[in-house]
Amino acid sequence: MDFINQNLPYILAGISVGGQYALIAIGYTMVYGILRLINFAHGDLFMAAGLIMIYLTASLPLYIAIPLDLIIIAVLGFLIERVAYKPLRNAPRMSIMISAIGVSYLLQNVALYVTGGLAKTYPTIPWISNSVTIFGATTKVVTLVTPVLTLILVVALVLLINNTKIGMAMRAVSRDFETSQLMGIKINTVISVTFIIGSLLAAVGSMLYFTNYTAVTPISGSMPGLKCFVAAVFGGIGSIPGAVIGAFLIGICENIIKGLGWTTFSDAFTFALLIVILIAKPTGLFGEKSTDKV
Amino acid sequence: MIKNKKNTILGFCALAALFLVLFVLEKLLPTGSMLFVVLKKGAIYALVAASMNLLNGFTGLFSLGQAGFMLIGAYCYAIFTIPVQHRDAVYQYFDGGLIQFTVPVVVALIMAGLAAAIFAALIGLPVLRLKSDYLAIATLGFAEIIRAIFQWDALGPLTNASNVLRRYPLFSSTLFPFIVAGICIAIIVLLINSSYGRAFKAIRDDEVAAEAMGINLFKHKQMAFVISSFFAGVGGALLAMYQTTIQANAFKSAMTYEILLIVVIGGIGSISGSCIASFLFIACSEWWLRFLDAETYIGAFKVPLLRSGFRKVVFSIVIMAVVLFYSKGLMGDKEISFQGISGFIKDPFGLVSRRKKKTEGVHIDG
Repeated sequence: MDFINQNLPYILAGISVGGQYALIAIGYTMVYGILRLINFAHGDLFMAAGLIMIYLTASLPLYIAIPLDLIIIAVLGFLIERVAYKPLRNAPRMSIMISAIGVSYLLQNVALYVTGGLAKTYPTIPWISNSVTIFGATTKVVTLVTPVLTLILVVALVLLINNTKIGMAMRAVSRDFETSQLMGIKINTVISVTFIIGSLLAAVGSMLYFTNYTAVTPISGSMPGLKCFVAAVFGGIGSIPGAVIGAFLIGICENIIKGLGWTTFSDAFTFALLIVILIAKPTGLFGEKSTDKV
Repeated sequence: MIKNKKNTILGFCALAALFLVLFVLEKLLPTGSMLFVVLKKGAIYALVAASMNLLNGFTGLFSLGQAGFMLIGAYCYAIFTIPVQHRDAVYQYFDGGLIQFTVPVVVALIMAGLAAAIFAALIGLPVLRLKSDYLAIATLGFAEIIRAIFQWDALGPLTNASNVLRRYPLFSSTLFPFIVAGICIAIIVLLINSSYGRAFKAIRDDEVAAEAMGINLFKHKQMAFVISSFFAGVGGALLAMYQTTIQANAFKSAMTYEILLIVVIGGIGSISGSCIASFLFIACSEWWLRFLDAETYIGAFKVPLLRSGFRKVVFSIVIMAVVLFYSKGLMGDKEISFQGISGFIKDPFGLVSRRKKKTEGVHIDG
């Protein structure tokens, strides 16, 4: 009990960051499930969502800026897929991954150009930026909102995937790309919808994340991006509940490590976890076993 | 056979001419010239890109750990060469550090390579069992872990924790990185043309078939990984010499991405392509595109968009264009050869032969 009392602020922060990671990790896991692509640009899209929000709120009221930010990011995600990934659909997997790295490089450099390399401060969104005290630990409302919102969004997404036509198409495409094409599924639409959903969730995640960590720099998306990919791998890539559990675990562990005074290793821990899981159980917690055909 | 010998002699002559030109340039031009910056950094990146190409292009192992191995090499070099009398100043928070001796520069370079290679051998055991993108992300992860470990306070007496390492011996002449990188790249080329190199290519093209032909997959993958890391370590040491100070935080995954993009621009599977691309990449990013960063006025008219950072935007758009529309890169998987050059001079871009084909086609039609 002593341990929990002492580390309560860190655990709370961990749960909150975990929820934000979960929203990003879903984007990775869905795209990987369908295209078998590590979308390296996803973390930078998350950063772009933060930056665009900053520029939008400079001139627009919040109730317009938030939906507009979501729309812009969804369009950006759609465009990235159409321009950078679609032409390479039949190319070897390595070249599409290189293209993803190229997009990430481009987004970072555009952000560097627009911001002039200075860290921008994220606007305060009322109510969720307020402070509250729980069991003697002071934190922002966003810490409490995040896990709830994450769970609501995840449940909605799972319902969408299990019960709608487009969800069924997504499952079919992720199971077998070519057969689903033969069955009359328009895979380009399915892939676009996947990217749009992933981008929207990343944009929501960015609003929650940057309310806590208010400085947005061109590279502030790359580390969370990599961590969320690790979360997706940990949970079994392609599995949404797996990604969410992995993200919460990584968020909580990372903050407890920070609490113990090992801040240098909080990033390294994530990757150590990745390597352990890849060696011990490459399919992750809930991943399906894939067989290589010769 | 005779033709081969002729080519080797021609190659040596070309190299000698290159070194002579460099030597003369150094005597003629002021030392601050941008040309030397490009040549020095370009040579270092050429070595690192060639080492990455050995792994990604020739063995088909998509590894993203290059920055980590460069970091090990750079630190190993710096730790063993900082003169003893400067150690108190450099390791000011750690009582002058742990190591109180120095080794000669060349020995330190080799040690830098060996340190990276040993580490690669250790992580190769688990990591090389993974397939394509899992391998990429695991090596990327290891690079990040290395970066964290080198900044760890407890290792401060050795690595100076998160403070910079400096005052180690540097190179003064552009020839030095050229000679070191040249020797290393020559070894890589020799390796690729040996029976080991053919085994690497067989693994790249089809693992199952290669195994059926009696190639020990793990042994060869491990070998490619270790050798590539060795040269990445040497490249890291050279980079340390070029930069005059090093700090672990600079070796981010962005550095690996840059090297990967160089390899792609040059052509995956072409060592000469990697070399050309790295000089082009460095020249563009450090020199030729600089004007894009400066605010320019033509008369009273301010040229729009031009300001700090625009260079990198243009540059990354060009790279995206190469990746999307020109995925073979500059050289594809071909190497520069004298036949190739003379063929190119006689028939640039295949215009003549294309025209010939056209006229032939007309003949057939007629």
